[in-house]
Amino acid sequence: MTDIRADSFDAMPARDRERERVEAENRRLAEEREAIARDGPKLKGEALAARLDAAWRRPPGIIGWLATVDHKEIGRRYMLTALGFLVLGGIMALVMRLQLAKPDSNLIGAERYNQLFSMHGSTMMFLFAVPVMEGVAVYIIPLMLGTRSTAFPRLNAFSYFMYLFGGLMLWIAFVLNMAPDVGWFEYTPLSGPQYSPGKHTDIWAQMVTYTEVAALAAAVVLVCTILKARAPGMTLARMPLFAWAMLVEGIMIIFAMPAVAVVTTVLLIPDRLVGTQFFNAAEGGDALLFQHMFWFFGHPEVYIIFLPATGFVSVIVETFCRRPVFAHPVVVLALISTGILSFGLWVHHMFATGLPRVGYSFFTAASMSVSIPTGLQIFCWLATMWDGRPRFQVPMLYVVGFILTFVIGGLTGVILAAVPLDLQLHDTYFVVAHLHYVLIGGSVFPLLGIFAYWFPKITGRMMDERLGKIGFWLVFIGFHMTFLPMHWSGMLGMPRRVYTYPAGLGLELPNLISTVGSFVLAFGVVLFVVNGLFSLYRGAIAGPNPWGAAGLEWATSSPPPVYNFEHIPVVESSTPLWDIEGELPVVTGLRVDEKEILLTTVVAATPDLREPVPEPSLWPFIAACAVGLVFAASIFSPWAVPFGLIPCGIALTAWFWPKEIKRHPEPVIS
Amino acid sequence: MRLARRVTIIIPLLLGACSYQHYQSDFGNAAVEDSQFLTLFTIFLVVCGVMYLLVIGFLFLGIGRSGRAVEANVVETGRHHQSHPLMRTTLIGWTALIGIGLAALAIASFFADRSMAKAAANPKLSIKLTANQWWWDVQYNSDDPSKTMRTSNELHLPVGIPARITLVSNDVIHSFWVPSLAGKEDLIPGRQNDITLVPKRIGVFRGPCAEFCGVQHAHMALVVVVESYPDFIKWWDHQLQPAPQPTTPLALAGYKYVTTAQCSACHNIGGTPASGTVGPDLTHLASRKSLAAGTMPMSEGNLYGWVEDAQSLKPGVKMPTLAMDPDQLHAVVAYLETLK
Repeated sequence: MTDIRADSFDAMPARDRERERVEAENRRLAEEREAIARDGPKLKGEALAARLDAAWRRPPGIIGWLATVDHKEIGRRYMLTALGFLVLGGIMALVMRLQLAKPDSNLIGAERYNQLFSMHGSTMMFLFAVPVMEGVAVYIIPLMLGTRSTAFPRLNAFSYFMYLFGGLMLWIAFVLNMAPDVGWFEYTPLSGPQYSPGKHTDIWAQMVTYTEVAALAAAVVLVCTILKARAPGMTLARMPLFAWAMLVEGIMIIFAMPAVAVVTTVLLIPDRLVGTQFFNAAEGGDALLFQHMFWFFGHPEVYIIFLPATGFVSVIVETFCRRPVFAHPVVVLALISTGILSFGLWVHHMFATGLPRVGYSFFTAASMSVSIPTGLQIFCWLATMWDGRPRFQVPMLYVVGFILTFVIGGLTGVILAAVPLDLQLHDTYFVVAHLHYVLIGGSVFPLLGIFAYWFPKITGRMMDERLGKIGFWLVFIGFHMTFLPMHWSGMLGMPRRVYTYPAGLGLELPNLISTVGSFVLAFGVVLFVVNGLFSLYRGAIAGPNPWGAAGLEWATSSPPPVYNFEHIPVVESSTPLWDIEGELPVVTGLRVDEKEILLTTVVAATPDLREPVPEPSLWPFIAACAVGLVFAASIFSPWAVPFGLIPCGIALTAWFWPKEIKRHPEPVIS
Repeated sequence: MRLARRVTIIIPLLLGACSYQHYQSDFGNAAVEDSQFLTLFTIFLVVCGVMYLLVIGFLFLGIGRSGRAVEANVVETGRHHQSHPLMRTTLIGWTALIGIGLAALAIASFFADRSMAKAAANPKLSIKLTANQWWWDVQYNSDDPSKTMRTSNELHLPVGIPARITLVSNDVIHSFWVPSLAGKEDLIPGRQNDITLVPKRIGVFRGPCAEFCGVQHAHMALVVVVESYPDFIKWWDHQLQPAPQPTTPLALAGYKYVTTAQCSACHNIGGTPASGTVGPDLTHLASRKSLAAGTMPMSEGNLYGWVEDAQSLKPGVKMPTLAMDPDQLHAVVAYLETLK
């Protein structure tokens, strides 16, 4: 094509000049690119480790401690804090069992007892069960997926501080005798301004909000990490089942938690603080609205606690039976369908409220149908054991304990799903037994198993096997001794949440057995903790892969270095460490002078982007303080909200302030 | 079929064997509703028991399969993806089994629900039960307004006659539950629920509140007396009578105290100036079986304790501890004891 315009003769040299300029720029960029330090054939071994360490290590000291964005550090804190709350909640349970050991007892009295059971439920559900699952996942998921960091690491740090502040507020309130005293469910109108004077209820409502914000933040972090930060080749079909469980759990949290945050902070607190009448029937409000919104969160909550535990079981079964879990796609589909079904069951907590009978039938059917995916998962684990060669070390013992216990809880759940049966059993000790079989048997047993399993990865040392086995038997026997008789006391007519019961109803014996059993159980848990502390200093050195497991988390040293992996591994099967002889294949080319992770596509996990990872920063901590201050102050005055927005705004603006606009010598998107 | 029937009778009996007189127990079997519950519960228990045995059978057989030496840390290279050829079929069979079991249970549950509703059709008696923190107000309705009657914390039902109980609450959510008779139904402020019972056995039963309702939730029970129809009518007629006049000087002094001091602000005593409605009706207090909503049995000693210091026996109760001198206390208890 010839340009025939007159001025084109003049333009020729100009175009040449432009081309020269572009070429020079490209040469300069190419040189700069060459100069960037990357992991790869040229840089490996100790030199690489030193460079990575320098790039990823956080500043020392208290400032560095508060500013850290390392998922392992945050995950450890999450787990330790949650275990602390487990111990506190457990102590409350023991005090309650002492009060109930004999009829007409007046050991602690009604008011204190009501505070105790409210604190026990709130602590276990909001401060232990959900956070501990997220803590484990925040620690292990990036390792399992073969990456160096979670997505949004600052949000992760923010999440932990919100959770910590919520827990501290609740427990400081308890020490100041301001603890919630109308249950972990706080039904209106009992929790309304007329029947709950003082600040007990508001403390509970805001504690829920703190932990919900924390859980939502952690869920976003986990979902994004799982979808985008997997090692190349780890397609959704090859993704470990624990990651699947956490993906479903994270999505459930995102859908379920807002309901309870709204019902407490947006509806209940205004009713108590500024005179709205959402729940006051006398003014046209509706007391049942609270229950619908609470259980719309509350039922999925149970599965939010249970699904990660099924992930633990899959992980342990795979390792200790020396083969992948039977029918991987079935387990994945079971996880997803459990997650979906769990949103359609909430009314089975409300069968006695007098809603239309036809609606009840729907919820009965939905509640029963959850046992299909759960039954399938159990079958798949049992089939894996059948085909494999199970080794009965401590984690596997907890899995067997889990199956023996959880299945009972699941079956009593089927019983409770039937309206005519539920109307007799609802709000009795039968339900107390059922929910502890499901939550302790279904979630805490696998959790203890997985602690024993991942302890060497986190600390570099093995837990003591003999002490672990004694602990398991104490926990298992103590558990059944505590909760099996509760089915009995429930059917003998013992309602829940009573601080005492009259003699002569036949309740003396089952309650006494439960009390004795609870101490056996507690002793088992203490033994577990002692074992952990002892092994931390005296345990055998673990090495990178003490169990001979297949997951990527075992491909790095124990404990992992701050950057997790020297090179990002490439995955070709669902059990990489079993299928590859020698070194894992790796991808190279990530920067080592700055923090960077590799993002991959959602389904096929082909390399997609290189993502810079934010530096440690104090702003997530300061933002958590600001937001926490607003939540705490809004218990006392509505003006805390408008005025509190100012420090929150400042903290968030500073957090997201663009530090430098540096032209990258290369596009970050490749 | 006969075996099934035998099982449905034996299992609840075994389970309920040591449950005393079923005063407050799901094994009470004292009304049509509870019998249906026990039958349905047994069906569920058997089906769930079979499923549990299948699971643990599979578990222990799998664990205990012989011929597999446990060699630690050896992955069966190249073999660990295979599973037993029958496993897929078994998986499908297991799913079908769960599906069939659940469908059967859901259908059984549905029919039990229908049959309870049928038994409770055509109620012959209308009672309004109002829950308060922490006591029950009972009102017997009649087409004849002069026969409408109020009492508290004690419900009398004639055996074999369907009774419809309307449930309302004055303050927070409570739940009406008499385990020996039937399942529960909540009492919710701003709503009206109802439940129909068909008692089939004479006896005295206890109904604890089943929804947490505040500090003294544990001490909020309703005594339910199921009696023959003539006894029931006799009781009703007696309840319609005003309180008897005090005859002894001590009881008279008590009467004066009760009708002029704080007591009358909250309590009603039929035929006297005491006409408060905030607290339980006391007209026939001494004829009841329990005191302070099932907190303790009715007795002279307990009346003394309750009148003198209600707060220490049921901390948080709305009834204050009054500063009474011993003479006043003797008089009040003497008067209350005349309220047969």
